[in-house]
Amino acid sequence: MASPMVTPLRRVLGLGSAHEGTMHFWRQRLTGLSNLILITGFIILIVALLGRPYRDVVEILGHPFVAVWLLLMVVSIAVHMRIGVQVVIEDYVHDHGLKHLCLILNTFFAIAVGAVSVFAILKIAFGAV
Amino acid sequence: MSSADLKANRPLSPHLQIYHWAPTMFVSIAHRATGIALYVGTILLAWWLLAAATGPAHFRLVSGLAGSWIGLVVLFGYTWALMFHALGGIRYFIWDTGRGMGKPARDQIAIASIVGSVVLTVLLWVIGLLVW
Repeated sequence: MASPMVTPLRRVLGLGSAHEGTMHFWRQRLTGLSNLILITGFIILIVALLGRPYRDVVEILGHPFVAVWLLLMVVSIAVHMRIGVQVVIEDYVHDHGLKHLCLILNTFFAIAVGAVSVFAILKIAFGAV
Repeated sequence: MSSADLKANRPLSPHLQIYHWAPTMFVSIAHRATGIALYVGTILLAWWLLAAATGPAHFRLVSGLAGSWIGLVVLFGYTWALMFHALGGIRYFIWDTGRGMGKPARDQIAIASIVGSVVLTVLLWVIGLLVW
């Protein structure tokens, strides 16, 4: 059934016209799994931090294990939410210009939230508070 | 018949209100809605982390807001959105394997994720309020 225009290599790679294949789907599931693990730990952390004074909170957040855990979580969340909302935009925003504006703002938002969080975690972890 | 008439008389594909409402339809759209709510709510996460990184005064301000009446309501809703979206993710992992797609199974999984999200949210808040 293969078209003579499609080379065997292209068919085997199966990456389609966007050259990404199932990467979007795969990333969504992969970060979904990592979110599940990392956010479960975060919820336990939040319960452990409830009602504690500021110095305690900073000391716990700055612990290397906690800080790295939080860094991974923030990056995982940022990637997951960016590609998730990307699909929502592609589904509902049909005007070409507006769609691309939304996609750009979506990327900016995810990176901004990620950058602020990473900065805060690193500042605490490096003892700058 | 002009082309405009042809367009107007074209049969339309059935839209949402034609279908009998099913649990799977609810969890599908609610997964999106909670995803968007969680997306917006990451501002709160970033703000809380930044407050902790800024100093005790700013941290007290954010803690105070989080512990206020309106803050607790928002956080309770956010907890439910997170639990529902997380269970929804597990639901998709199950469906990814091809299991649970039959007529009774898919509705049971959908209802289980709704009930489970409420149970988990209440459980977490009971634990949280006891610790607080």
